[in-house]
Amino acid sequence: MNKEIKSSEILICCGTGCVSAKADKILEKFKQDTKGKKIKVKPTGCHGFCQQGPLVITEPDGILYSRATTEDVNEIINSHIENNVPVERLFYTDPQTGEKIPHYKNIQFYKEQQRVILRNCGHINPEDINEYVKSGGYRAIKKALLDLNPEKVLKMIKDSCLRGLGGAGFHTGLKWEFCFNAKGDEKYIICNGDEGDPGSFQDRSVFEGDPHSVLEGIIIAGTTIGAKKGFIYVRAEYPLAVKRLKIAIDQARKKGFLGKNIFDSKIDFDLEIFQGAGAFVCGEETALIASIEGQRGMPRRRPPFPANSGLWGKPTLINNVKTYASISNIINNGVEWFTKMGTDNSKGTAIFSLTGEVANCGLVEVPMGRTLREIIFGIGGGTTDNKKFKAVQIGGPSGGCLPDSLLDLPVDFDSLKEAGAMMGSGGMVVMDESTCMVDVSKYFLDFTQKESCGKCTFCRVGTKRMLEILVRITEGEGTEEDLSILEELAKSIKNNSLCGLGQTAPNPVLTTIKYFRDEYIAHVVDKKCPAKVCKKLLTYTIIPEKCTGCVVCAKNCPSNCITGERKEVHFINQDDCIKCGICYDRCKFEAIHVE
Amino acid sequence: MRIERIAGKKETQATEEDYSLISEKILKYKGKTGITIPVLQTIQKAFGYLPKNILKQTSIDLRIPLNELYGVASFYSQFRFTPVGKNMIMVCKGTACHVKGAEKILDEISRKIGIKDGETSTDMEYTLEGVACIGCCALAPCITINNEVHGRLNTKSIDKIFKSKKAEGKNQ
Ligand SMILES: Cc1cc2nc3c(=O)[nH]c(=O)nc-3n(C[C@H](O)[C@H](O)[C@H](O)COP(=O)(O)O)c2cc1C
Ligand code: FES
Repeated sequence: MNKEIKSSEILICCGTGCVSAKADKILEKFKQDTKGKKIKVKPTGCHGFCQQGPLVITEPDGILYSRATTEDVNEIINSHIENNVPVERLFYTDPQTGEKIPHYKNIQFYKEQQRVILRNCGHINPEDINEYVKSGGYRAIKKALLDLNPEKVLKMIKDSCLRGLGGAGFHTGLKWEFCFNAKGDEKYIICNGDEGDPGSFQDRSVFEGDPHSVLEGIIIAGTTIGAKKGFIYVRAEYPLAVKRLKIAIDQARKKGFLGKNIFDSKIDFDLEIFQGAGAFVCGEETALIASIEGQRGMPRRRPPFPANSGLWGKPTLINNVKTYASISNIINNGVEWFTKMGTDNSKGTAIFSLTGEVANCGLVEVPMGRTLREIIFGIGGGTTDNKKFKAVQIGGPSGGCLPDSLLDLPVDFDSLKEAGAMMGSGGMVVMDESTCMVDVSKYFLDFTQKESCGKCTFCRVGTKRMLEILVRITEGEGTEEDLSILEELAKSIKNNSLCGLGQTAPNPVLTTIKYFRDEYIAHVVDKKCPAKVCKKLLTYTIIPEKCTGCVVCAKNCPSNCITGERKEVHFINQDDCIKCGICYDRCKFEAIHVE
Repeated sequence: MRIERIAGKKETQATEEDYSLISEKILKYKGKTGITIPVLQTIQKAFGYLPKNILKQTSIDLRIPLNELYGVASFYSQFRFTPVGKNMIMVCKGTACHVKGAEKILDEISRKIGIKDGETSTDMEYTLEGVACIGCCALAPCITINNEVHGRLNTKSIDKIFKSKKAEGKNQ
């Protein structure tokens, strides 16, 4: 270790994940215990490696402490800060080699990422605009206003081939051009931060970790297309993101970056936060607009597209959080720098939230075109507990489940679509042999069926019928014919629904039938759930040779259906068993058998 | 479909709430456009739910038809029409949590406090709600109790949480 570099900063990750593991208490303690010392303690946004949180990082030496607690604070200060001896005990341990790794840059999880949009997340204090400015922030907007003009900015974004990171991958430059050319003196701009896909949190992390990068992108977009007013639509469940955005907007106003005559130009531009109220369909752009207007969030027919007739009938530009966060990079570093990353048709980087049965859960940014294998087994470190990888679900309720035979698929907009999945908002949930694919497809259908706004028949009734069939299958009442009915229904719903919700809702079902047909067959023909998830198809029994008669199972059984004397073999009464699985979880002797 | 969300739930104690507590805040919105959702959020923030008499008075004061307020409120899952218990328990049903056994967690909590998903206990002690992703997917399966996140749960750790909650209640 380089003894020359002394740490001068302690960064404590205060993203939602780490805060829920008590990072706020750690921050407090560090602040208290370093009073009067020459060391800066600051909170940051999500550093990405949520699995190992709470994270404490020292800079400039770049040492990462994982799973820190308030009890460790003293030792870190006394040993590392005062005497330059890092606390080895708290280093991250590589699960494969067992090696302790002090520098986060050498940890596999970080090593193979390319953090461009997330460059500041986890490194600056998101509640201090000066830190963003110091890291080169708000340079791009100045360049756009002073050195360039709207036409030139537009050309740069078009030439960069940036595609919207909100899911569909529409060319951002084209969309901006439509808005730029749209007639009308009143135009609006909206940032879509609804992020309703359950199991993904990248938009939230950008808001929480680097809110000014989003603001800067929105201001550039607004001044380019000629809008004077913008809205940031944030999901109701993200209180921390709302708080940080509010602070960011206030600070930007004070500096003259928002409001009248921004950056001493003749242009006025201001932003407002709009908090959603919990509806997945409001991520769809026309539903989102209806929601801001104060109505039920029902999608409208397109055309007319929002670019021509959006919020209150005026031309409206709507992009995702990450799309806006990418803008300043392109202006600062140039088109060529951007187009060097990615594949022929998908340029730049993509952010994924890697979760589920994977060793390293967290936020991952890679250039487009990396393979699933590189992301899941390289950065993610593979599955946990040596279980066999089964599938990865990409794109949430609109996406699909891809099997191990597709692990070498490059991840970009087009190849995912071809495989039946979708980039979506970038949720990536890894599943292993303990996940039942029929259950997963039932789960998503249950979700979309409940979230369907009810406007068009195919989506409203069709998803309900599909769900009924899936429930039947998981309860052992399905037939082989059900599978073809499912496929037929799926096709009609895809072709005839009004908005993207219905058009993509069958994807999880279609991909699981396509890639995991044998699991469906096991459910309908053998009436068995191979992953042992579907309750109605399970039977719990006690293995007499292993049972020691410790009575733990009987004591914890909520329906009192386990009988037996102490030190004698116990017995489960099948008629009363509700298949909750508690006996299985509690038995220390692995004496419970499930089939 | 979204409307079914409230159709099946039974009405609990309908109480009259004090409008004067928020009348000032409500009147600030008068004459503006696109205010329905922020207004409803203001009411719910004050009372924890949307009381009938408050909605009625708001409708009169802001000249928004009551059916429109109800129509919007019933569409979004954030809004409730019944009071909530002292302890708000939200169980994440997001994808990551589902894969890691969220259903088992929900069942177990439901058995522990004797109410089902979406219900409030008659002693107004607990409200149990299954929600989509609370954004701590890396800690799956997780729940929040009064906004405090508890992650990496299993049926055993739930036991512990509720035992300490009960002890807390007794000490008060
Ligand atoms: C059901 C549904 C949900 C959506 N949810 C989101 C979302 O949460 N965030 C988002 O940015 N886009 C979402 N979209 C896509 C938006 O309609 C829109 O395409 C996107 O915000 C455009 O931004 P982009 O061009 O930067 O991707 C959703 C679309 C549908 C059909
Ligand atoms: S899926 Fe449970 S917190 Fe995201």
